[in-house]
Amino acid sequence: MNTITYFKERFEQLQADSVDTHIKAMRDEAFNEFSQKGIPTVKHEEWKYTRINDFFIKDYQFSTDLKEQHFTKEDLQHLKMPGHDNANVITFINGHYHPEFSTLRSDELEIMPLQEAAHNQFAPIVEKHLGHSADYHRDGINALNTAFIQEGVFVHVLKGRTAKHPIYMYNITDARSGNIFAQPRVLVHVDENAHVQMVETFATIGSDESFTNQVIEMAVEKDAVLELYKIQNDAPNSTVVSTTHVNQVGTSIANVITISLSGGLVRNNLNMVMDAPNSLSNMYGLYLQKGHTHVDNHTVVDNRQPNCVSNELYKGILDGNSTGVFNGKIFVRQIAQKTNAYQSNKNILLSDNASVNTKPQLEIFADDVKCSHGCTVGQLDEEALFYLKSRGISDHTAKALLLQGFALDILEKIKPSEIRLFVDELVQKQLSL
Amino acid sequence: MSLETDQIVSKAIESDVEFDPIENHVNSEYKYGFVTEIETESAPKGLNEDIVRFISAKKNEPEWMLERRLKAFAQWQKMNEMPQWANLVIPEIDFQDVIYYSAPKQKEKPKSLDEVDPELIKTFQKLGISLEEQKRLTGVAVDAVIDSVSIGTTFKKQLAELGIIFCSMSEAIQEHPDLVRQYLSTVVPPTDNFYAALNSAVFSDGSFCYIPKGVRCPMELSTYFRINAENTGQFERTLIVADEGSYVSYLEGCTAPRRDENQLHAAVVEIIAMDNAEVKYSTVQNWYPGDKEGKGGIYNFVTKRGICKGHHSKISWTQVETGSAITWKYPSVILQGDNSTGEFYSVAVTNNFQQADTGTKMLHIGKNTRSRVVSKGISAGRSQNSYRGLVRVGKNAKNARNFSQCDSLLLGDKCGAHTFPYIEVKNKTGVVEHEATTSKIGEDQIFYCNQRGIDTEKAVALIINGFAKEVMDHLPMEFAVEAKKLLEVSLEGSVG
Repeated sequence: MNTITYFKERFEQLQADSVDTHIKAMRDEAFNEFSQKGIPTVKHEEWKYTRINDFFIKDYQFSTDLKEQHFTKEDLQHLKMPGHDNANVITFINGHYHPEFSTLRSDELEIMPLQEAAHNQFAPIVEKHLGHSADYHRDGINALNTAFIQEGVFVHVLKGRTAKHPIYMYNITDARSGNIFAQPRVLVHVDENAHVQMVETFATIGSDESFTNQVIEMAVEKDAVLELYKIQNDAPNSTVVSTTHVNQVGTSIANVITISLSGGLVRNNLNMVMDAPNSLSNMYGLYLQKGHTHVDNHTVVDNRQPNCVSNELYKGILDGNSTGVFNGKIFVRQIAQKTNAYQSNKNILLSDNASVNTKPQLEIFADDVKCSHGCTVGQLDEEALFYLKSRGISDHTAKALLLQGFALDILEKIKPSEIRLFVDELVQKQLSL
Repeated sequence: MSLETDQIVSKAIESDVEFDPIENHVNSEYKYGFVTEIETESAPKGLNEDIVRFISAKKNEPEWMLERRLKAFAQWQKMNEMPQWANLVIPEIDFQDVIYYSAPKQKEKPKSLDEVDPELIKTFQKLGISLEEQKRLTGVAVDAVIDSVSIGTTFKKQLAELGIIFCSMSEAIQEHPDLVRQYLSTVVPPTDNFYAALNSAVFSDGSFCYIPKGVRCPMELSTYFRINAENTGQFERTLIVADEGSYVSYLEGCTAPRRDENQLHAAVVEIIAMDNAEVKYSTVQNWYPGDKEGKGGIYNFVTKRGICKGHHSKISWTQVETGSAITWKYPSVILQGDNSTGEFYSVAVTNNFQQADTGTKMLHIGKNTRSRVVSKGISAGRSQNSYRGLVRVGKNAKNARNFSQCDSLLLGDKCGAHTFPYIEVKNKTGVVEHEATTSKIGEDQIFYCNQRGIDTEKAVALIINGFAKEVMDHLPMEFAVEAKKLLEVSLEGSVG
């Protein structure tokens, strides 16, 4: 069956079974949008370098239609990140939140299914903050996620509290019995003066194809601090489209660090909406690819209020047949005077078949601003390489050392020490070419 | 002519004679806003196959040229839609409401200036580019184009001695059909884009330039364009071929009379550089930008592209863009030959309601190719100024090197500056750098000048000229003076 028709059928089924809420209305609207826009093709400016429509020729299914469901605790064991036993855990399997594989350790947090939050005391928050990412992605793929909002998760960080334990979020797709289509949905609300660290990762088990279309929306209130670490080290048979939408509704700090090490096709959309004066946001990214992987980072910084500062640095090392894409957009609205926005993208190409497409874009409507962007594509410094080699270090090691140094700028931004070590190891493994 | 236009005319003449740089431009109304009364012989409004045939017949073109035009027209009809991707708000243009051919009435080709319609000569005098003046003082050969038909070419003899061909395109089609046939449309095929297709179908005239092997053109070749008749689109076609080891510097400058109805301008420029050849192409563009309310102004949709076909060849674009209501222009270089070089230097100024989406494409195909892009955008008033550039390093372009810099300066808080650089690298030995900044003129800088007795307006002009200096330095002398003046005039009243 055609995947699109399949979506349509499942959507009708879902709507028929659910009660009337604002979420239901939102799903209707989103599915309309999806029907109109369809899956974006390379003709869509935002998808110029990333071709995902081809994937939809394959027959994907939602997990509810798979015959066997056999994800077990043992499976999770293999996917654990260090520090797991000391963290709050949120597990998505095939796009559905599974409380039985999740744990809540910190009493500064509330974690619950999104449907539940939509009906309890958090309802106003859900209503206020859910669905804003669509304003920045007028394309079918974001709408597709919203059309199927069902078993998402809601995270609330209590006012004035610092979460003692980080939140680990696993996005697992179980592709052992068919091509799987997963759509995790998360809403995070960091209340006033709260502080939280989140680490998320993606994993595919099994050898069939998996497609994860994830949307995380985060609202950060006044004086709050949000740290998000995205670690993407997925299997080659996986495709991930991950949209992270951070809305700084109050003067706050938001740091998002994205590390993409492998996977079939990875597309990250990161939106920073700076909706309060004097906010700070930092976006760092490292993509280290080989084989046939394709990694695409699209970032948007929308300066809607004056006196905000944003820093952005993305670094890429591309080997094998990999392709890297970077598209950074900075919007400065007319009211957002005194904005300082910096953006930089640096790439190293290691092989003849690797390629990179980058587009650092500025759109500025205010005059009293300092905005700069830069981007480079190049190779390792011959002289530095010679320096190391003349001291008896092998070519291979010398290159690995220099590349590690190149990546360090990003790695050192990772604050939780277990995660830092974990990522360091992964990077080293990847680099020992 | 009415009394009012008379005054503007006399003022225009005066300012050129006295040549006082800034004071004469205090009146920021468009200086060259007058209409020359020349009888024109026009085609009826609208575009269809008959019009294309009419244009071709009017110009007495050979069969193959007509065929090409018709093919391009068919292509254009297929495209059917103006490109929408640019960061521009373009009002719907009714392409059937445009006159595609209008030529100044002439009985026969004049052999000397005396035979040229005295009305036309007067126009050039008003513009300060009188042919005899140019001939006597500057030593620049001028191929002046008024409303699509070339009326006078100077220094032809001197150039002919060196074997250089510099003539109007229609003449070239008659006299040098082989060259035109060989090179025309090889860099910008009609299929390239909507406006290129349109131009290929209906181009009226333009310049053709051929520099033979090993010849260094002793003077700067220059063409002045001028849109004149009401409702006439200008579809210029320029082709420059620099054969092995040759050099040429080509200037193009434009002024247009003020007009309230929008005028369409869709030119195509093609440059071909063979082994070791160098072509330097400089433009000062000052089409009528519309008035302070954004009414009127020229739509400028230009396709300019050069190809470095041979090894060690070089093409350099320098442009100063101050006019047009809408500018859509991306002078590009295809770096096909090994060790070839492409350069792009641009200053784009927008004021009031002007919109500009301009930039370049550097396509690295050959080995050891180098390119350099320096773009300076200045926005004022309620204007929108975008830089859009592409640097592509192909799979076989070993050791390609690119450096791009695009800086924007914002004057006032109602304008916008945008940057859209595309960088695509497919070879690991390529080194590409891009940097861009956006800023405004600092209060401290103005204060520094004020302290030293320089008033704010002059201080701004000074700072802007400094900001644009890197590009201005690449303009030939004659142009640099004019361009500097233009910058100041264009931004008059936008600061202070």
